[in-house]
Parts: sequence; C-alpha cells; structure tokens
Amino acid sequence: MSQDVWEARDTTPSQIEAALRELLVRAYSTDDAIVAARVLNVVVIVDAEFKGEVENRLERVGRYHPSRLILCSVRPGRERLDARASMVADGGAMQGSLAVARERVEIEIGPQHLRTLDTIVDPLLVSDLATVVWAPHGHREGVDALQRLAQVVLIDSHDEPDLEVALCRAHDLAEDSYVVDLAWLRSTPWRERVAAAFDPPMLRPHLREISGLTVRHRSDSEAAAMLFCGWLASRLGWRAERLTSRGDEIAGRLRTRRGEVRVRLEPSAELRSPGLGGVTLDMASGAMMSLDRGPGGLQAVRRGRKGPEQRWTVLGASRGEGGILGEGVRQALLRDPTYRPALDAARAMVR
Amino acid sequence: MAISDPQLADEQPNPLTEGLERFPVPPTSLVIFGASGDLSRRKLLPAVYNLAHEGSLPERFNLIGVSRREQSDDGFRQAARESIEQFSRRTPDPQVLDGLLGRLRYVSVPFDDTAAYTRLGETLRGLDEEAGQPLNRAYYLSTAPEFFGVITEQLKEANLHKDPHADVRVVIEKPFGTDLASARALQEVVSSVFRERQVFRIDHYLGKETVQNMMAFRFANFMFEPVWNRNYIDSIQITAAEDLGIGSRAGYYDRAGALRDLVQNHMMQLLTFVCMEPPGSFEADKVRDEKVKVLQAISPPTPEDVARDTVRAQYGAGVAGGEEVPGYLEESDVPSDSTTETYAALRLEVHNWRWAGVPIVLRTGKRLARKVTEIAVSLKPVPHLAFQGEGSVGVQPNQLVLAIQPNEGVSISLGAKIPGARMRIRPVNMEFNYGTTFLSQSPEAYERLITDAMRGEATLFTRNDEVDAQWSIIDPILKAWHTDAAEAPPLHTYRAGSAGPEQADTLLGEGRRWRGL
Repeated sequence: MSQDVWEARDTTPSQIEAALRELLVRAYSTDDAIVAARVLNVVVIVDAEFKGEVENRLERVGRYHPSRLILCSVRPGRERLDARASMVADGGAMQGSLAVARERVEIEIGPQHLRTLDTIVDPLLVSDLATVVWAPHGHREGVDALQRLAQVVLIDSHDEPDLEVALCRAHDLAEDSYVVDLAWLRSTPWRERVAAAFDPPMLRPHLREISGLTVRHRSDSEAAAMLFCGWLASRLGWRAERLTSRGDEIAGRLRTRRGEVRVRLEPSAELRSPGLGGVTLDMASGAMMSLDRGPGGLQAVRRGRKGPEQRWTVLGASRGEGGILGEGVRQALLRDPTYRPALDAARAMVR
Repeated sequence: MAISDPQLADEQPNPLTEGLERFPVPPTSLVIFGASGDLSRRKLLPAVYNLAHEGSLPERFNLIGVSRREQSDDGFRQAARESIEQFSRRTPDPQVLDGLLGRLRYVSVPFDDTAAYTRLGETLRGLDEEAGQPLNRAYYLSTAPEFFGVITEQLKEANLHKDPHADVRVVIEKPFGTDLASARALQEVVSSVFRERQVFRIDHYLGKETVQNMMAFRFANFMFEPVWNRNYIDSIQITAAEDLGIGSRAGYYDRAGALRDLVQNHMMQLLTFVCMEPPGSFEADKVRDEKVKVLQAISPPTPEDVARDTVRAQYGAGVAGGEEVPGYLEESDVPSDSTTETYAALRLEVHNWRWAGVPIVLRTGKRLARKVTEIAVSLKPVPHLAFQGEGSVGVQPNQLVLAIQPNEGVSISLGAKIPGARMRIRPVNMEFNYGTTFLSQSPEAYERLITDAMRGEATLFTRNDEVDAQWSIIDPILKAWHTDAAEAPPLHTYRAGSAGPEQADTLLGEGRRWRGL
C-alpha cells in the first residue's frame, strides 16, 4: 500500500482540487499500474470532536470504500478552511495487477460554513459519479445544502430518538434524493427470510391468512421494526393506520381485504446489536411461523394448523455494524423500489 | 392508505420478493456424487459454505455427500470442515460452519450398486420427514465422467429421478462426453431418465460475472450494436492462456488435451456470447436458442479445413517466471511418447448474415507466457488516414478487448493526438475495470451456479443441443488430430514460457497477428 499526502492551512476549494489533480498525476508518473477508483463520491459531515469514531466506522466498511471520500469536520469557532488530501493505492502493482487508488480529503470547517457547504464541496467531486452524503451527527443544514449535488443521502433513522421525527425526516429527504436508511438495511435479512418462507407456490396463499404480526427489536431500534411493518403492509395491501403506544410496546390493528392484522412491536433490552431480534407471523387458521436471532443464523419455528411444531436454523452470519455501513454505501448504487412505500406506510402507523 | 388488491393469486409472483437482491431458493437436499473428490473439496463445499454465510441457502437445506469411499457422517463432516477452512474465500464463521456441518450426511455408494441407491433414497426421505415437507432434490454429479451415465440410470432404477411433490434436478459437471459419439450416448441415457428442464450441464465459465457482462455490454449499450457485424469487424481473437503446466493432473490431462479441456466447452461458449443475436428476453431458452444458432452456423471442419485452419502443439522445456521448467513429456506421469496437445489454435467462421467472412480465431495453451483469458474484437481500419504524413506512428484499427481473467473489464483502443504542434496520432486505451468501478466483490462462479441450479434457473447452463453442436465442430478436429494416418497434422513444439508455436500465426491471415500475451 502506498500513500501520498498534501496538506494546507487556510486554503480554498480550488487549491484542494488542484492538489487532488497533482496527486493523481504524481501517482501515474511513479506507477503506471495505478487506476483511480471511480465508483462513488462520499461526503461525510461530522463533529470534529467525534471524527475519529466515524473514521473508525469507515475503516470497517471493508471493500465498500468510496472512490473519493470528502470528510467535512465541523469545529466550533473555525473561520478558515484547513485541508488534507491523500491518495492511497492498495497493493496490486507489485503483484503484477492493477493497484486501485482512492482519494480522501479532510476539510476542517466552522458551523457557519454548513449553510453554503455545497460551494466548498462542489469543486471536489468527481464529475459523473454518484454522490452520497452522510451526516451521522445531524448537521441538517449541511445535508440540505448538499442536496443539490447529491443523488443519495445516507441516513440512520436509528440515530433519531423520536420515531415520528425520524420517519418524517427520511420522507422529506426522499422527496429530492434517493435515501439509503441503515435502519431499513437492518431489516433486510428478515425481509429476505419472510419472503422466502412464503415463496413456495403452495405457501403463497397463506400470505392472505396473516392475522398477527409481532416484531421484536432492540429498544432503540423502533425505526427498523416500524419499517419492517410498513414493508409487509405495503407489499400485502394492508391499510396502514396509526398504532398506539402501550408502555414500551407499540400495538394496533391494520385492516386487510379480508379482515385485520394485530400488530405488535416489542422492545427487548437483551439484544446486543441494533435492529430486529425476531418476527412472528400468526395465521387465521392457528398456524404460525417465527424467526429469531440465534447462533449461526435465525432460529425458525413453524407450526401448522394442527401439526407439530418444527424448529430449525436458517444459516447466515451477522454482518455486524461495520457491515451495515458498508452495505449502505453499496446500496447507494442500487435502487430499492419497496423502500418508499414501506416508509409511507410506517409514517402512517406513527402519525 | 387504501386497501389495494394484493397480488396473491397463486400464479402471481411472490409480492414480497420485489426489491430484494437475493432470490428465494426453494427448500432443497443437495446430493453431491463424488463428494470426496478434488472439485468437491476445492470448489463445491467452500461454495456451499459461502452461500450459508451470506444467508443464500434455502431455509431448509441438507447436503448429502456420496462417494464410493466408506465413511461415517462425522468423517465426512470433518473432511468438509477441513476443505472449507482451507479453500473458502472468506474465513468461516464458527457458528455458521457448525450449523452447516450439522446438515451434512454421508452415504457410501458404489456407483453401480442398486442397493446403495436404496439407502440414499431412505436418507432423502428421512430428511423430508424431518423437514415435514418434500424437499426439492438436486443431484450434483462431480464424479469421473464415466460414471455420469451409470449414476443417472441407477437414480432411475431406485426411482429417485422424480417426485410428484418436489422438483428433482441433476447437475452434470464437464466434460459431457469425450467426443460427439460419447456425448450423444450420454445424452441418450440422461434423456431417458430426466426431462431436459431437469438437467443442468455446468460450464463454470458461465458463472463468471465478466462472461455474463458480455451480454450486458452488447445488449445494454446502443453504441456497439451498429458496428457489431462483418461490415465493421475485421476479426475476433479468443484467448485462454495459462502460465502453469499440468501440475499433478497428468492422468486427466493426457487423456483430454487442450481441445477437450478448454476449447470444446469454455471457449465455444465465449464465442456464442460474442456472436449471438440479441435474444427477445433473458429467459433461459430464449438465450440458449440464440447461442445454439451461432454454433449451428459453424460448419464442421473437413480434413482439409483441419489441416489448414488448426494448429496443435506441445510445450517443450523452457523458462517460466525466471525458472527453468520441464517440457510436457518430462512432466511426471506423462507417457514419454504422448501426442496429447497442450496448445490448440483454430480458425472458425460463423456462416450467417452478420458474421460471414469474419475470421474467429481461438487459442489456448499451457505454459504460455502469461495467464490471460480475453476476447479481442478488431475493427476494420478507417478508409483513409489523413494524418499519415504528419509522422503518426503505430496507428491501429480500434480494438475492443473483453478481459475475463485475471483482469476483469473492457478496454477500447482509440487513436488520439499526441500533444504538440503536429497532428500526430497514437493509440490510447479507454478502460473499464470491474475492480475500480464496482464496490461488490464478484461471487465465485460455483456459488452462483449452485444457487441457480437449486432455483431451476437454467440460463447459465448448457443445453443439450448446444453440447451437441459444440462437439459437432470439435469432433472432426479430434479425429484428424488423433488419426494414425500419415496425413495427421503435425504436432508442433513450443518453448515453455513463450507465446505458443509460430505456426499458429498462419491462421490469422494476411496483415493480422495475435495479440501479445
């Protein structure tokens, strides 16, 4: 791995942009087997104080590194821009294949820069690449300023303590950009497994018979649980209506074409990582199926109308939180047509 | 929010799968024949583990290892653990690995022993009962090819080839036959037991993302199709070069040779992807219909064609990677009088409106200068080059290269002006590289193919008429090469570590040359 670095205090976006070009020329002149990665621009807005923590998260995204990372570190009281640009090339060249070079820019800005952050970031983006914005510490002003440049906004509704506010914010952002919500991605394995459970043609009609839905989730992961409910409601044509809080739980009934579905979101203090902990689907006939986190995958239980209960493990490794962020970056290049309807249904259930 | 009419009619697609990246795979018992063999150890078991790790296996899944060796379930599990730990592309998660190994069973089956298949049937039924439902069955034949027919017939004898309540499929490894007659004989056995829609003939090249991308490249980009024909394309070169020798595979390789090992299957498949017409849709049979039309438009070569349009050779001693290496005949376990070719090159022509007159040359070999698999499409030169007088050097017709391995991507050569006062041109490359343009790592070909076989998705598998057409082209060459008659084309020698025999240069025709390795 090789690295070339440029640094400047009290600099300007055009100087940073020139430095990036110079880094690329220098890289090519010293090693013609270098190719600059050209997949994504990712702009991250962070509190300077917690910059290291976010950098550590980005380090753990594995192979899903953005091509050009622009880290805007907000420090109260700062009036000028300081910047550091670096180019890192992974192995490769020495082993006879191409080395992939990734660029990284860190800019120290003050809070007053957020309102016009687009004018700072614009010259630094690689043209024609998709641009993703992620602001794990809030900084809405900065995100709003960048929306004209970004095609994708990466959010984590889990970070917002108020569920209704979280879902409304996702909705507002989704009006202008494609939203990748890490809370939604935490429900992906559950959505895949529920979809697979009803995929055999003989089981598909049972989707009409669902009469109860229980979603178990970590106490702070109501958003993931609500989005999962919204997904089922939107895919199966249930009427999304407001659910009510009963102590720690959220519960209610949704109308379907043939009847209604009892919905319950149960928080669990025992879950270590954010997201869902289990899902149970009850059928009008008395049959049920459930999935719960367990060692080596999801513990599945299925009970027929009269038949005995069956238990087994649906194999799969946890992606962990590093994996979730990496998946979020990867999803920025894809489009999931089911997220918006699920989000709309989830909002209708909390308003 | 209104109550919409849910798409739940039985014949409708599952409404829950939209937007999901992974397709659900139906509950399946996968039976690997030849489970203690090299392919199973190095590729199949690690692929199954990686599918388990990613949560891509069916929710109910069992794997039954079958081979002639006497072994307990636990013995097979231990061997599988070692294979996975050694060959998996990712470090196994202990809990997922334990969970997967718990799904493994082993049945010792002498392949021609009817009673043993009864035991296999009992094991499969036991797993169905345990699951409370009939599981689909996928028989993966990764044994030596001489057992493919025997196993197929025995499955029928034991009534394991069909199930009224579940889908039964058979996956057959390559080679499907060793010549046209044996391929047809095997097909006769297979089709007497299974319907074609149950049969999945593997060519693992088709599981590679870069091969599948050839269809995307051709049919998702408007700019290429107008020039993708004899009016603009001068020639096509398909190369599958290996820098290594035969290693410990002398037993197999000396019987197969380069033509059977790579040309008859992988390279002919690459040719079909380059030359096929756009299919109406990407349904399996629509794609395969177009591929087979290409193969059927290639005339089986006559003995005269073979003498003129093919070159075979064997590597002699040489230097590879800075080290002296032995010639083929000095490799261990190779008979000293072997006439097996380690290099094959041939010139073919697709006789249809689009490709008539365009030479398509294929070359493959062991112990060549470099490992590379690629397709190079050379366009015709521009009709008039106005810049010649200015001192332009090396101006070449455009070339489009589809790199398959080890580099994966596409490059296009263009003429560009050299900076300066004069209008001088030199070729430059415009490159698309998978590694720099996509974030995702390509899955192993076998992971994709095993999943597709369990789903009954046949697009990336070779249909019977494709295999037949491939052998119809290759069989006359094999016969001519391996005849004892004096008119058999000569077996040339090339130096290990070189670009192959110089005699292959004549295949290209006037004014053309092989791309450098």
